[in-house]
Amino acid sequence: MDLGEINPVLLVASLMVAATPLLLAAIGELVVEKAGVLNLGVEGMMIVGAISGFAISVETGSPWLGFIAAAIGGAVLSLLFVVLTQVALANQVASGLALTLFGLGFSALMGQSYVGVKPPSMGDIHIPVISDIPVIGPILFQHDPILYVGIALTAAVWATLKYTRVGLILRAVGENHDAAHALGYKVIKIRVMAILFGGACAGLGGAYISLIRVPQWTEGMTAGVGWIALALVVFASWKPWRALLGAYLFGGITVLQLNLQAAGVAIPVEYLAMSPYIITILVLVILSADKSSAPASLGRTFHASH
Amino acid sequence: MIVLEKRPQPSKAWSYATPLVAVLATMVFGGLLFAILGKNPVEAIGTIFWEPLFGEFAFYYRPQLLVKGAPLVLIAIGLSLGFRAGIWNIGAEGQYIMGAIFGAGAGLAFYPLDAFYIFPIMVIAGAFGGWLWAMIPAFLKVRFGTNEILVSLMLVYVAEQMLASVSLGLLKNPEGFGFPGSRNLQSYDSAHNAELIAGSGMHWGVVTALIAVIFSYVLLNRHMLGFHIRLTGEAPRAAKFAGVNPARLILFCLGLSGALAGLAGMFEVSGPSGVVSIDFNVGYGFTAIIVAFLGRLHPVGILLAGGLMALTYIGGEIAQSQLGLPAAAIQVFQGMLLFFLLAFDLLTNYRIRAARSEVA
Amino acid sequence: MTTPLLSLQGLTKAYPGVVANDQVSFDIGEGEVHALLGENGAGKSTLVKMIYGLVKPDSGTMLLRGQPFAPAEPRAARADGIAMVFQHFSLFDALNVAENIALGMENPPKMSDLATRIREVSETYGLPLDPYRTVGDLSAGERQRVEIIRCLLQDPKLLIMDEPTSVLTPQEVEILFETLNKLRAEGTSILYISHKLEEIRTLCDHATILRLGKNVGECVPAETSARDMAEMMVGSTLQTPERSGRDFGEVALDVSGLSVPSPSEFGTALRNVHMTVRKGEVLGIGGVAGNGQDELLGVLSGEITTAADAIKFNGQPIGLLGPTTRRKLGVLTAPEERLGHAAAPDMSLTENALLTGSVREGLENNGFLKWAETKSFAEKIISAFDVRTPGPENAARSLSGGNLQKFVIGREVLQNPDVLVVNQPTWGVDAAAAASIRQAILDLAAKGTAVVCISQDLDELMEISDSFAALNEGRLSAPRPTTGLTVDEIGLMMGGAHGMEVAHV
Repeated sequence: MDLGEINPVLLVASLMVAATPLLLAAIGELVVEKAGVLNLGVEGMMIVGAISGFAISVETGSPWLGFIAAAIGGAVLSLLFVVLTQVALANQVASGLALTLFGLGFSALMGQSYVGVKPPSMGDIHIPVISDIPVIGPILFQHDPILYVGIALTAAVWATLKYTRVGLILRAVGENHDAAHALGYKVIKIRVMAILFGGACAGLGGAYISLIRVPQWTEGMTAGVGWIALALVVFASWKPWRALLGAYLFGGITVLQLNLQAAGVAIPVEYLAMSPYIITILVLVILSADKSSAPASLGRTFHASH
Repeated sequence: MIVLEKRPQPSKAWSYATPLVAVLATMVFGGLLFAILGKNPVEAIGTIFWEPLFGEFAFYYRPQLLVKGAPLVLIAIGLSLGFRAGIWNIGAEGQYIMGAIFGAGAGLAFYPLDAFYIFPIMVIAGAFGGWLWAMIPAFLKVRFGTNEILVSLMLVYVAEQMLASVSLGLLKNPEGFGFPGSRNLQSYDSAHNAELIAGSGMHWGVVTALIAVIFSYVLLNRHMLGFHIRLTGEAPRAAKFAGVNPARLILFCLGLSGALAGLAGMFEVSGPSGVVSIDFNVGYGFTAIIVAFLGRLHPVGILLAGGLMALTYIGGEIAQSQLGLPAAAIQVFQGMLLFFLLAFDLLTNYRIRAARSEVA
Repeated sequence: MTTPLLSLQGLTKAYPGVVANDQVSFDIGEGEVHALLGENGAGKSTLVKMIYGLVKPDSGTMLLRGQPFAPAEPRAARADGIAMVFQHFSLFDALNVAENIALGMENPPKMSDLATRIREVSETYGLPLDPYRTVGDLSAGERQRVEIIRCLLQDPKLLIMDEPTSVLTPQEVEILFETLNKLRAEGTSILYISHKLEEIRTLCDHATILRLGKNVGECVPAETSARDMAEMMVGSTLQTPERSGRDFGEVALDVSGLSVPSPSEFGTALRNVHMTVRKGEVLGIGGVAGNGQDELLGVLSGEITTAADAIKFNGQPIGLLGPTTRRKLGVLTAPEERLGHAAAPDMSLTENALLTGSVREGLENNGFLKWAETKSFAEKIISAFDVRTPGPENAARSLSGGNLQKFVIGREVLQNPDVLVVNQPTWGVDAAAAASIRQAILDLAAKGTAVVCISQDLDELMEISDSFAALNEGRLSAPRPTTGLTVDEIGLMMGGAHGMEVAHV
């Protein structure tokens, strides 16, 4: 075992890469939950995004088109959730599970001919001088563009929720849908938009795994990241910047355990591999005492009677 | 414009009809999917639903229905009790794995002793393993209010790693020439969950599943605890008013569903599978969620739904070998079934009515 | 004759099985306070929802200052100068006052400007309010102010107020009336919905009376007696419950030094509550909603447990016991919220009879249920309390509010409790059903049951209780005999004016 082989700069840089899929999915789900909807189908939307993005980049040779396709793929799948929960008024927990089960099967079907294929690479940005600064350069300024998209999205969601009227209406719908309806806001329409946004973000997150993080396609490759993203929203108390912090924390744990595996630490591989899941549980336990910031209508079905 | 109008009370007729309508819709859209994949849809659907029951090799497939259906029904019965009470155990897959590890572990601990008490001990150990795994989310929910959905799910991944660990370490067959996986329990008589009647597919797991169905039926319809479970799911505040202790209910529902999933895992590992190996689990814990909903969380419904789902598994395998239908297509097919079921369930509680355009 | 501000002509709206409004016509003049009077279920809510654009009439027209008026949505109604203060406030607990107000405006100014304007308006109309406070922390009266200010910021021509005084103390009502009078003086018309006759006689210029969806008459309230208006509203003469003079027995329920935190985030904690109720006595507990009523019922029913000695039944400490054990002893309760708390909406009446009846009625045997006995218990409730339903197999949610309330109260009364605690026993119930529920409570007390009746309806409390106490921010005033209590005294027990001030005119 040789811990000296772990390079702290590379560790931090790869932590940000590991965190990005989580961050993208969590930010999307955060918006969905702020609108009062609990979509447990994140894992399903991610995996569909992963294969849509992968397939389109391979076919077109353009990772950018791939990411766009991934966002569309995630959003299209979330449309099924829309039909179930907003039109057919089905239970949100069950519908989210349906979405995940369906998404896992569907992606496996779509991905059959893509196993073992190598996707086109996106390439990292390189800004002269700045990217070459030792330590800071590789950590902050030598990543793929989507990683920055994730951070920008966090900032945008934060600002929208806090400062804009759209954000205020979204929060109002999530807080008390009956009151929002009484004031004349279109609860269903706003929720549908939020769910589609969440689906697109999850799709992006999934494609980040298949196109950048890994990069290749294997069945079920999201391996619970979607579920961890759900936990992350709770961890973040529905606050975007805390979601970023949480994503980096989880990213750090994932990268660290991979590094420890590679360095041959005397802990069996399986125990290292299960550590992110166990830590997720621990974090959930620590944070479950405080539920006050959860949107009050979260998970409740809205039906305008009269 | 179409409007939804809440029925004064749930429609009995629709609550029975919904699963059938959902199955039909799945056949139509599944057929469409198969057509897109370049298969003859009628032939594919026929193969899936007809071949295992009445085809040339039905004598071989029919017992398989019991073998595949039993774990699904056993797990789904447990899940349905929790789902009815609004307690969402979706980590049955993990509990199933732990049941198998504990059950097989208990049996292998006695190897090569031959004794009548070994198998009963394995049954208890299997149930205990699943129960223990489910008690983690249960305890955390009761003590800290932690979300049981996420915890039970995270524990599936942990259990999968555990499974990998024991198949490579603790339970590895010392005479297995270095290959991962345990000794084969099928060749260890005292631990073997053999068929009760040769060639029937009937093993102890099938018997237990049937007992679970009856037990659950009596519990839900004739017992106060079952009434409290239903009440908690429909109106949590009313349940508290009626004197239900929510913590005890959580521990009971999660514990029971964990134990049943553990039993399913134990019967599987000691019978049809025989070996604790890395790829021992095949997703029964997740498919059982579909079975539970398809059966409308009703014990008899679950029995029928379990049979149907087993049929799609076996029929899917036949379609795979005969028509080259991808395995994933069956997974999509099963996912579709849940999707349509949830969508059509609307008709149980709402009437669809054409209406003049109205701001409603 | 001048054009009225709003003229309703033949408005009709039917829902499956019920005609909510049938050819309703009347005019609201400029600067007029117009009362809309009617029992629960008379169709008042549907009518105002049509004016506010939440519901579209099946037929009939509305004219606003002579122009056709058919708002497609509340936004359109607001744009035309219609504002509405809801009975159940449409507020967002987790947002602050300014954000709540911004949500009700079409083009809200910047938050800081809005906050300044909120301060201005609240000063002018004597409704003090901090724009940055979280709404969930406000009292019921303060929450109503948020709604009113939200409306006033739009300079409405017509302000609709739906039962505004049900959440106020008598002193607060007086202040509200000052504000409304000031608005009238400025030329704003007000449509005032209520079933409280005295209020309408004090405040309103004109009244329209609805019964079963029809306009059954108009009057000038100041010139009409309350009794006449009541008869128009109900359609028949009412019988008031009879009470026989009775002697009280020993203390049955003794609550001392009871303090409990609220289980919900925006709830009210109970602080050092003391009360005793003797056998045969009816203790009425008044107070504005949200001052600890739900918590008090919860702690008496056993849903919230507390120190053993804080609650004693016949001298036995029961604070630690759960609902089932308390029922076994003879302490029964009926919560305010019928659907979801007192009854499970989707379950049958038989199952709902089992919900609280299992122990005392012997409906279970070692945990196994006796469905036949349960069904006959449900049938007994249905016939004894005249619950209108085809049978006990029907779901609770299929019953009307009044019928379900009769079922819920009947379920407890028929179990012969030693102590009965009810919260809002006649809320949302029509007059005839309310009278029969009150009579049932009085009959029970006459047989020696100690009754605690929590209610926001002061008239009801004066009618049935022997002694009166009020809940105010989780504290209970010392109970006093009802006879001889004045409205002012009651108001002070309820907490006076909660820091409101009279409008600066």
